[in-house]
Amino acid sequence: MRKTFIMGILVMGFLLVFPFLYYSKFLVDYLTQILISALFAASLNLLVGYTGMVSFGHAGFFGVGAYAVGVMLQKYSTSLVGSLLFAVILSAVVAMVIGFFCIRLGEIYFAMLTMAFAQIIYTIVVKWTPMTGGDQGLIGGIPKPPIAFFGLSFDIGTSLNFYLFTVILVIGSFILLKLIVDSPFGAILKTIRDNSLRSYFIGIPVKLYQWIIFVIAGTFGGLSGALMALFISGAYPDFTYWTKSAEPIFMILVGGMGSLLGPVIGAVIFNLLSAYITIYTHLYELVMGIILVVFILSLKKGLTDFLFESESFKKLIPQRLQRALAPEDGGKTS
Amino acid sequence: MELLKLGECFGSLNCVTTQVTSALILGMVLFLVASGLSLIFGVLGVMNFAHGALYMLGAYFSYTLLTLHWNFGVIVLLASMGVGVFGVVFERLFIRRIYASPLLYQLLLCYAFILILDDLVKLVWGYEFKNSGVPDAFRRPPIQVLQSFIPSYYVFILIIGGAVAIALWFFLAKSKFGKVIQAAAHSSEMVGALGINVNLVYAGVFALGSFLAGLGGVLAGPVRSIYPGMGASIIIESFIVVVVGGLGSIGGAFVGAMLIGLMKSFGIIGFPLIEESFVFILMAVVLIFKPTGLFGKKAT
Repeated sequence: MRKTFIMGILVMGFLLVFPFLYYSKFLVDYLTQILISALFAASLNLLVGYTGMVSFGHAGFFGVGAYAVGVMLQKYSTSLVGSLLFAVILSAVVAMVIGFFCIRLGEIYFAMLTMAFAQIIYTIVVKWTPMTGGDQGLIGGIPKPPIAFFGLSFDIGTSLNFYLFTVILVIGSFILLKLIVDSPFGAILKTIRDNSLRSYFIGIPVKLYQWIIFVIAGTFGGLSGALMALFISGAYPDFTYWTKSAEPIFMILVGGMGSLLGPVIGAVIFNLLSAYITIYTHLYELVMGIILVVFILSLKKGLTDFLFESESFKKLIPQRLQRALAPEDGGKTS
Repeated sequence: MELLKLGECFGSLNCVTTQVTSALILGMVLFLVASGLSLIFGVLGVMNFAHGALYMLGAYFSYTLLTLHWNFGVIVLLASMGVGVFGVVFERLFIRRIYASPLLYQLLLCYAFILILDDLVKLVWGYEFKNSGVPDAFRRPPIQVLQSFIPSYYVFILIIGGAVAIALWFFLAKSKFGKVIQAAAHSSEMVGALGINVNLVYAGVFALGSFLAGLGGVLAGPVRSIYPGMGASIIIESFIVVVVGGLGSIGGAFVGAMLIGLMKSFGIIGFPLIEESFVFILMAVVLIFKPTGLFGKKAT
C-alpha cells in the first residue's frame, strides 16, 4: 500500500513538474486527452480484466458524467467542485440501477444488456433537447469557474492549469484503483473471474461483488466523462453511443488487461492512432477494424501482457521492478 | 394529451388496422434478423455482433440490384443469398478461429467487422443516405383491409416474412438437417463422432443466419433509408428480441419481435417522447420475472 502511494506520488510529481521544464501547448493538451481516456479504459478494466465481466456499455457512464457536469455548470452555474461531485454521484447511482439488471444473468447477457442500457442513455440524451441540446449536443461552451480553496483560487481555464488539474484527479484515481485491485476485495474479484461457480461455493456472494465493482467502474467512468466535457468544453450524444463503448475496449485489448498499466499504454496507442490515421486516410474505421482483427487473431493478448510474459523481459528486467509492474496472474478473462 | 390520442386510436378501426400493420412490418423485419442471430448463437455459441452489418449488406445489395429492374422476386433471392455467401466466407476465414476464445474476443472480432464493413460500404456506395423506393412491381393502388389502405409492398413483406417463419420452423423441427442442427447445438462432439461433418453444419448455420439477416435488409431496404451504420439500431433491437424471447428460441424470437413491433407502433402515438424506452422497459420486466426470456430454457 505504501509502495502504491510512493509510486503514485512520483508519477504525479513528474507529470506536474514536466510542463514547467518543457512546455508545448500541443503536448499538454495531448497528455490531458490521454490521461482522460486512460482513466476511462482503466475503469472499464476493473470489469473486463479483473472481474471477467465484458461490458459493452461503458460509454453510458462516460456520457452521464459529461452531461451532468456540463448541464450543472452551463444551466445552474454551480461551483466546479460541486458539479464534478454531482457528476460522479449521478454516475454511481445510474450504475447501481443498470448494474442491478445486468448482473442477473450470464456473461453474454451481461454484454448485451450493458450495451442496451447505454443505448437508453443515448436516446434520453438525444430526446431530452431542452436539457441536453438534443443531437446538437451541449454546445455554447461550458463555463469553468475557478476553484476556491481555503481562500486561494485556481483557474482551470488555461490549457496548462487544466492539465495540472487533470493530472491530480486522474493519478489520484489511479492510486485508488490500484488500492482497490490490490485489496482483499480485489483478490476476490479475480477469484470470481477465474471461476465464479467455485467462488460461489466457498461462500462468496458473487452477484453482490459484481454489483459493487460495476458501480465503482461506472463511477470512475463518469469521472472520466466529466473531465472530457470540461476539457473540450461541450458534451455530445456520441459520448454515449455504443461506438464510444468500444474505444476503451480497444485500449484494453491492445494495451493488455492484466494490469492497470495496460489500459494506459492502450490509451496512448489509441490516441496516437486516431490522430495519425485521420491525417492519411478518411477510412479511419477500416484501419482500426483491421488492427483489431490482427490483434485478436494473432497476438491474442495485449502488448503489456505479451511483454510481461515474454522470456527476454523476465531476464532483462530486475525481479523487483517486474513485480511492481506486472500482474502476478497474467490476466486472463474467463 | 398524447394518451387521449392513443385512446382515440383504439376507438377507430382505421387507426388500429394501420398501426397493427406497421407493427407487423417492424416485427417481421426484426424477426428475420433476430432469428438469424438466435440461430447462430444457439448452435455456434457465438453472439454475432456483426449481424446488423449483414442486414445492412442485404439492403445495399438490393439497392444495386433494383437499379437493374429485374423481377423483384429474383432480386430478393439473389441479394439475400449474396449475404448468405458472404456469411460463409466470414465464418470460414475468421469466426471459425475464435470458437474457443473468450467472449471478449468473439464480440471484438465481430465489432471489428462492423467497422470494416461500414467503411467498405462507404467506399463502394458512398456516404450519403440512399433510398431505392418501392420496386416497380408494387407501384399500384394500395390494398383495402377493413377501412384502411395498406401499400401492396407491405403485404408482400408480411407474406414473405410469414412464409419464412413457417419454413424455418418446419426446417428446424422436422427436417433431417434441422435435427442435425439441433443435435449440434446440444453436443457438437457427439455429432462429429456420429460421422457428420460438424464444420459443414457450422458453415451451413452461419450461412442460414446470414441469409435471414440479409433477407431482413433486402425487404426493409425499399421502405427505409439505407446508410452506412444502419445495422447499429437493428442489432440492439435484435438483442432485446432475443433477451425477451429467450436465447436460442426461434418461436421466442417471433413473439418477441411482434411484441416489440406493437409496442413501438402504438407507443409512438401514445408516448412519442419515450416510445423507445418502452422496449427497454419490456426487457427489464422480462428479466426480473423470467430471466431466461419468455421461451428460453436455461441461462447461458
